[in-house]
Amino acid sequence: MSFINYSSREINCKIVYYGPGLCGKTTNLQYVYAKTNPEAKGKMISLATETERTLFFDFLPLSLGEIRGFKTRFHLYTVPGQVFYDASRKLILKGVDGVVFVADSQIERMEANLESVENLRTNLGEQGYSLERVPYVVQYNKRDLPNIATVDELRRLINPRNVPEFQAVAPTGVGVFDTLKSVAKLVLTELKKGGG
Amino acid sequence: MNSGLVMYEEEYRIISGICDRLTRDANAKVVFLVDKNGQLIAASGQAQNLDTTSLASLTAGNVAAMGGLAKLIGEKEFPNQFHEGERESLHMSIVGGRVVLVVIFDAKSSLGLVRLRVKKAGEELARVFDQLAKKQATPGAQSPFAEITDDDIDNLFSQ
Repeated sequence: MSFINYSSREINCKIVYYGPGLCGKTTNLQYVYAKTNPEAKGKMISLATETERTLFFDFLPLSLGEIRGFKTRFHLYTVPGQVFYDASRKLILKGVDGVVFVADSQIERMEANLESVENLRTNLGEQGYSLERVPYVVQYNKRDLPNIATVDELRRLINPRNVPEFQAVAPTGVGVFDTLKSVAKLVLTELKKGGG
Repeated sequence: MNSGLVMYEEEYRIISGICDRLTRDANAKVVFLVDKNGQLIAASGQAQNLDTTSLASLTAGNVAAMGGLAKLIGEKEFPNQFHEGERESLHMSIVGGRVVLVVIFDAKSSLGLVRLRVKKAGEELARVFDQLAKKQATPGAQSPFAEITDDDIDNLFSQ
């Protein structure tokens, strides 16, 4: 749910990175944080366990520049991927403007991917959103690993609707900004339509 | 989709005025107002030394988590929360079901005073947010983004 402030001439949007445990959601945000100019970003917050697994969320505020005199700000969030943190995941989806689904390309994680997409669909539904209507992109991460599914196969399983999709290697940044730009564009286009 | 929050100049001035007065009346260090989704709406007092964006996001996370806990024990939500620190303390109060009023204070104030002042300011703020919701629901209230073009959006990503 966007926040438009006429007084400070700002527009704020919320993007959530969703996906199974250890698929690279936090790594996506860390890369964006590392490669963004200091003036365009705020502090990155990670509420994580001692072993650096996301416990509640990661948060990264980003400024993209101005559109017609309005500063556009994006708040990027990740959810905790592990199945038993479902209550936390629901909370983070509140007020979401756009979703990135980060899939783990490894064949052995295919079931986890599918379970996570279904979980996303259910949790969005509980908030009164539908996956078909919310700005949504898919990222096939870990393309550098040996035992991975083909993109065709991933698309068939995870992206039957053919939303924008990107291949990525998050630690080195491959596909990270393409994914972010794509979802940010979809969010702004939705706002233009007046749906935000 | 649910429509987002829109803040206009007039209401923003009233809201800032209420927050400024609360800061003085409650002897607080900082007062800020956050949308339940984590967007900062207004800040007052010694806020310039604080990372208010992070504060806003964590406040919303905290209120959401406590709301989840409340539901588990059969409560609707916890409308008021107090966190006591060694030197500074934090009071959070849900206003009009939609925004969170946060007061940070130290030994110069007290929980009793803060609660008293927050109650009054909260009622005033709730009225302003009702007014805002009505204004937003008026036909003809348009998104400032309605007129932007695809090129405007593309230009944002051209660098």
